[in-house]
Amino acid sequence: MTKAVFQLEPLTCPSCIKKIETTLSKTAGVESVKVFFTSSKVKVEFDESLVQASQLEEKIKNLGYPVLAAKVS
Amino acid sequence: MIAVIHQHKNKIIFVSGTFIVIGFLSGLLGNDRIKALVLIIATIIASVPIFIKAFQALRVKAFSIELLVSIAVMGALTIQEYTEAAVVTFLFLFGNWLEARTLEKTRSSLKELVDMAPEEAMVVRDGTPLTIPVEEVMVGDRVIIRSGGKVPVDGRVLSGQAFLNEAAVTGESIPVVKNIDDKVFSGTIVDNGYIEIAAEKVGDDTTFAKIIELVEEAQESKSKTEKFLDKFSGIYTPAVVLLSIIVFVLTRDLHLAITFLVIACPGALVIGAPVSNVAGIGNGAKNGVLVKGGEVMDKFAKVDTLVFDKTGTLTKGKPEVTDIKTFTQVSPSDLLGLAAKLETISEHHLGQTIVKEAKARKMNLAGGVENGEVMKGNGIRGDVDGHHVVVGNRKLMELADISIPKEALMYAINQEKAGNTAIFTAIDDRFAGLFSIADQIREDAQKALTQMRKDGIKKIVMLTGDNQYTAQLVVDQLGMDEYYAELLPEHKVEHVKRLKEEGYVVAMAGDGINDAPAIATADIGLAMGKGGTDVSMETADVVLMGDQLTQLSHAYSLSKATIRNMRQNTFFAVSIVLVLLMGVLFRSVHLASGMFIHEASVLLVILNAMRLIRFHHKKEKGKGMMQAAQA
Repeated sequence: MTKAVFQLEPLTCPSCIKKIETTLSKTAGVESVKVFFTSSKVKVEFDESLVQASQLEEKIKNLGYPVLAAKVS
Repeated sequence: MIAVIHQHKNKIIFVSGTFIVIGFLSGLLGNDRIKALVLIIATIIASVPIFIKAFQALRVKAFSIELLVSIAVMGALTIQEYTEAAVVTFLFLFGNWLEARTLEKTRSSLKELVDMAPEEAMVVRDGTPLTIPVEEVMVGDRVIIRSGGKVPVDGRVLSGQAFLNEAAVTGESIPVVKNIDDKVFSGTIVDNGYIEIAAEKVGDDTTFAKIIELVEEAQESKSKTEKFLDKFSGIYTPAVVLLSIIVFVLTRDLHLAITFLVIACPGALVIGAPVSNVAGIGNGAKNGVLVKGGEVMDKFAKVDTLVFDKTGTLTKGKPEVTDIKTFTQVSPSDLLGLAAKLETISEHHLGQTIVKEAKARKMNLAGGVENGEVMKGNGIRGDVDGHHVVVGNRKLMELADISIPKEALMYAINQEKAGNTAIFTAIDDRFAGLFSIADQIREDAQKALTQMRKDGIKKIVMLTGDNQYTAQLVVDQLGMDEYYAELLPEHKVEHVKRLKEEGYVVAMAGDGINDAPAIATADIGLAMGKGGTDVSMETADVVLMGDQLTQLSHAYSLSKATIRNMRQNTFFAVSIVLVLLMGVLFRSVHLASGMFIHEASVLLVILNAMRLIRFHHKKEKGKGMMQAAQA
């Protein structure tokens, strides 16, 4: 299981949380998603054999939230 | 495509604003056709990001505020209210932009902390110093920190001496001196000096990394009010859509229905409570107080009874051996040697004090302890250098069936009356002598307790495993309402339970290790811990990183201020919505002006929450005024 933390631009609307969480958790290979509203971070646990961190980053970007930094561990 | 639009959001706001101005100017010049055309363009430009967001949210079955605005705009265009449509979309985007800006301010305390994180480290590998990114430091590395440098990882000083500013971890910016064998923390800064340390905790395991993680999670964890508001807004938004349809059906006035829709947007209501919490928790973190979430804030503000552990909480927790007295032919240093060897297997702070004293006298403590057994709350026993040694309190002597001569008992009582803890020692089942250990009361204890009584604490209780006399001495100095001495950890739990049953809301403050059960039992568990031990950071609701009682009183008044702030915001938001709705029904509030007031109210609750960032202890202000008066 791989863990990735994406730092986004400041989130402002609570409905953004649901958007990001639902979109990512529907992605195959994603185990869990947690969006931190205040620190504007997304923590994702996923199976690296099914999906890449860069693909997740792309998905978040496509929703309209630029990823400022990503940390995969 | 969406990402591109997002990137240019600021430009969109600007362009739409410009078109609106052009529209009004052409209106003034009497050209209504151009005015309408320009305003429609402005509306369309500003609508794009709003529509996209509304659609995206709808796809995941979330009713967003953007959806309400989108419906309203389409409605306004249908009834040819171009001015209103343009102004509403513009104000909505502009308001969001301002919101993001000000929200960032309420989050700034945490950002300042994060910015303190070290990035590089200088380590010695194969004899040569190398500068590497902090992520690559490994446990066991020898790390060099020069004057002005940041400590990159948690570790222990191997050589050198330095003054460190530990504000990142403790909130206290007065430099402290660090010598060989002292612990240093990642994120702290060498003010002056040079040290080499052995890395013990790296990466996400450092105290600093854990603080950041804790605060981030705390700001996320919602208070009851917030949870209620979350649920509420889930029902509220669709309800507003339904209500405006009803308004339309009843009045046949589309304009009124749309206005109603926009006005009822739950902006300030949804954001009001969380921003107060975020600002409050941020303020705490900056001052070395970790409050684990909104619910803790809420409960802490209601606390009326404080329970303290004595040692390490009200006292400095740095006890010293003040006297060693023997009652047989054993010499004091032999007694110390045997007891200290035995105590090397103990984690009790009094035992550690005896070990420290022996080390300070440069005694060799090597050599194993056999059959060592810790008698929780009473002492320790085991075989050392061929002798059976028992070290502990009176109860342990009784349990081990060792009789204490009368003169020794008298001596012990006198030592205790002077504020010492007497530790009895027996060698080969015969009483041998006793150690006197004393601990000083913290300088800020009196000040902190007085302040907290002023802030609303009704009852202060002290629980201690220590003897009656020592307890009495502390109580006389600090003025407790109740105290209980010679307790075991489980007794402390019982006292906390009893107070809770009597209807008090209880906060228990302890040093986090032997008090962990009582801390977990209390309504609010407070852990003192220089730099914070892992245990205290996990079990406690509030962690005082700077190990100071004034931080405790700051945390208490901060929690009250935060809850007050949250109430103000909720009250304000609800009244604004009510006033606006009335205004709409009596047709004195229009779409554009309604949107303006709505956005302004959101900004106002954020600004109100921002006051918490600078919230300072009343007392500190008082001190400043006193100094001014003296000057």
